[in-house]
Amino acid sequence: MIDFGFSISKSSHIQMDNVDLKLFNKLEALNPDISTCMACGLCTATCSAGNFTDASFRKIILMLQRGKDKEALEKVKKCMMCGKCILVCSRGINTRNILLSITRIYNEEDK
Amino acid sequence: MRPTFDPFVIPFVAGMTFVLVYCIIGLIRIIFQLPKEDRRKFGRSLINPKSAWKNFKDLCSDCLFHVKIWKRKPLLGYMHSSIAFGWFMIIVIGHFETIAFSPLKDMQLPFFQKLTSNLYMPIFFRFFSEEASTLSAHIYAFLMDFFLMVIISGIVIAVVKKKKPRKVGLKRVTKFGFTEDMVRISLWTIFPIRFLAEASMANIGGGSFLTKFIGFDLLFGGHYNETLSYILWWAYSIDLAIFMTLLPFSRYMHIPAEALLILLRNAGLKTTEPRKGYAVAEIYSCPSCGLCIDVCPMSEVKENYRNTAVYFIRNIRRGRRRRDVKHKTEICLMCGKCIEVCPLGIESLDIKMAQRKKYYYKVKSNFSYLERLQDYKTTGQQAQSSPLDAHNSKILYFAGCMSHLTPKITLAMTKIFEQANENYEFIDKDGSICCGRPMMLTGKVDEAKALIEKNTEMIKNSGAKRLILSCPICYRVFKEEYNLEGIEILHHTQYINELIENEKISVDRSDKRYVYHDPCELGRAFGVYEEPRNIIDNIGLLTQGKSDKDLAVCCGGSIGSLAMTKEERDDITKNSIKDLTLNHPEEIVTACPLCLKTFARLSPIKVKDIAEIVEENLEINEELGIRN
Repeated sequence: MIDFGFSISKSSHIQMDNVDLKLFNKLEALNPDISTCMACGLCTATCSAGNFTDASFRKIILMLQRGKDKEALEKVKKCMMCGKCILVCSRGINTRNILLSITRIYNEEDK
Repeated sequence: MRPTFDPFVIPFVAGMTFVLVYCIIGLIRIIFQLPKEDRRKFGRSLINPKSAWKNFKDLCSDCLFHVKIWKRKPLLGYMHSSIAFGWFMIIVIGHFETIAFSPLKDMQLPFFQKLTSNLYMPIFFRFFSEEASTLSAHIYAFLMDFFLMVIISGIVIAVVKKKKPRKVGLKRVTKFGFTEDMVRISLWTIFPIRFLAEASMANIGGGSFLTKFIGFDLLFGGHYNETLSYILWWAYSIDLAIFMTLLPFSRYMHIPAEALLILLRNAGLKTTEPRKGYAVAEIYSCPSCGLCIDVCPMSEVKENYRNTAVYFIRNIRRGRRRRDVKHKTEICLMCGKCIEVCPLGIESLDIKMAQRKKYYYKVKSNFSYLERLQDYKTTGQQAQSSPLDAHNSKILYFAGCMSHLTPKITLAMTKIFEQANENYEFIDKDGSICCGRPMMLTGKVDEAKALIEKNTEMIKNSGAKRLILSCPICYRVFKEEYNLEGIEILHHTQYINELIENEKISVDRSDKRYVYHDPCELGRAFGVYEEPRNIIDNIGLLTQGKSDKDLAVCCGGSIGSLAMTKEERDDITKNSIKDLTLNHPEEIVTACPLCLKTFARLSPIKVKDIAEIVEENLEINEELGIRN
């Protein structure tokens, strides 16, 4: 293939048919409030870790819903558990407990 | 001549032997479960005369007189002391009486028989003895009757407490199952039956005002019925046997366990494992009195009273129902009120913390990004501040992540610093990493250590001698876990109070009515009660809430709870606000950004941090040219 000095970026299209949501459903069963998240991003705006890194609770939830578990866990690992996101959440989601549940349910070696 | 043995003593002797064997085995198990270092500490504390004296003092005041219950609830204090101390005195005086007047005294008996007869003789003394007419015999009989009366009066209160808790100042009492009910009934009946048994033959065995005059003469009409009397003695012995046999499986295990707990505590031991060693001594010491139920913020909602410490300890003790233990461990707000009222001072939070450490998380945290952070400067997306150099300044201000959520506090603090003309450095102006306390509370101690190390390094590098914190959560972890030798750690309430007292800042006084909310991590954890109250006294009128200081109600926002939902938190917050606004203050003042944030959402009146009200009322020094 001729190198034109540029290329087409890989498709970010997600085939939801291929995504295994077993773990996410388990998470949702344990923390039903997760389904009320409207991705407003208040949690991300206040996040202590987000101040220094790309950690974002909003993105974590979106990624898990789309089966991008590995990328989501990378973000989860950066959380410092300070709990500011609970205080600002406009839907009253117990975000801190969801993050703890994620670290219990998901396993990085599986992926 | 009275007999020296009768078959009715057998149930009692069997029960007593069982309890003794059980307790000795339990004691050995607990001691062997202790870590090696702790065992050595315990051994040393027993020999050391200073701690031995403390042991003696504590055993007397806590096991015998229950000073802590007297202080909180005098009526319950009387109830408990009358039964426990009265029983103790009956045992002690009974033994002396037996030594003095034992029918076995002049008899030549084989050693073994003498030993066994000494086991039961003091308990059933009146059955075996003959009435003596000496003065000392009358005094003994009087004392025995007196303490019997004291115990029975205590039992009357206990029955009232069970049937009508509100009469003795309790809202709720612990609910029990079948075994516990059996033990309780057997305990309640021991002394009335003893009274009847002694009264029924007071003409032979002797007695004083209670057994002889009230019992024998009035109740039994002065007639001695041999069969009835014999049945009563059997009943007394069987009742004792039931109590003794069930004791290890009931809450009354606190009687022997409490003594051990006091010794272990005075040796300076702490819980490391939730079901081993020291924790076992604590768990068995819980008398399920339920004083923690009424004070727990969670039990304000009726259905949640089973989340309180007493039920948690019961679940742990029974060793079953893992899910219940987990739920109770994770829902607790860790506010520490239950420990404050616990008559035995059982550190149930330590057990909960040890339990939280046990839970396994598959995904481990990764804080490698901390290494890239230089003095909290962010990775490019925020403006760079001037390099941190506090070597010339004396004071370091660490706001912590929570204070950044309430910029009013940090703004007020900077104004106060400037007004006081202090040489300060705002170390985390551009946002900080967490102090580590919230991580600790989830049980991930190793991960918290990474954060603690990073902050320690940062603060030590600054070379400052004083560190001011505006968040009690940070304050607690800085005090407990950080190793900051040579650096004085102050919460901003302490610091501002010092500024006012040294007249470095002055504030205007108005007649505005304030109420102060004690944050758990500042008040109960470190006893910082007076400083914030002094500050408010200088600014306005301090009104009282329903409960304050060590009994202040948690705001409901505590990061100590992992599993609590928003709705449950809101119930606690509303209740807390109701308590605070009892005397119609104009503003609620607190000293914790988390409490502030939690209250502000639901409070009908303004909620402010203590730094804010100081800043609002600062007398401006014109020379410095700072406008309010």
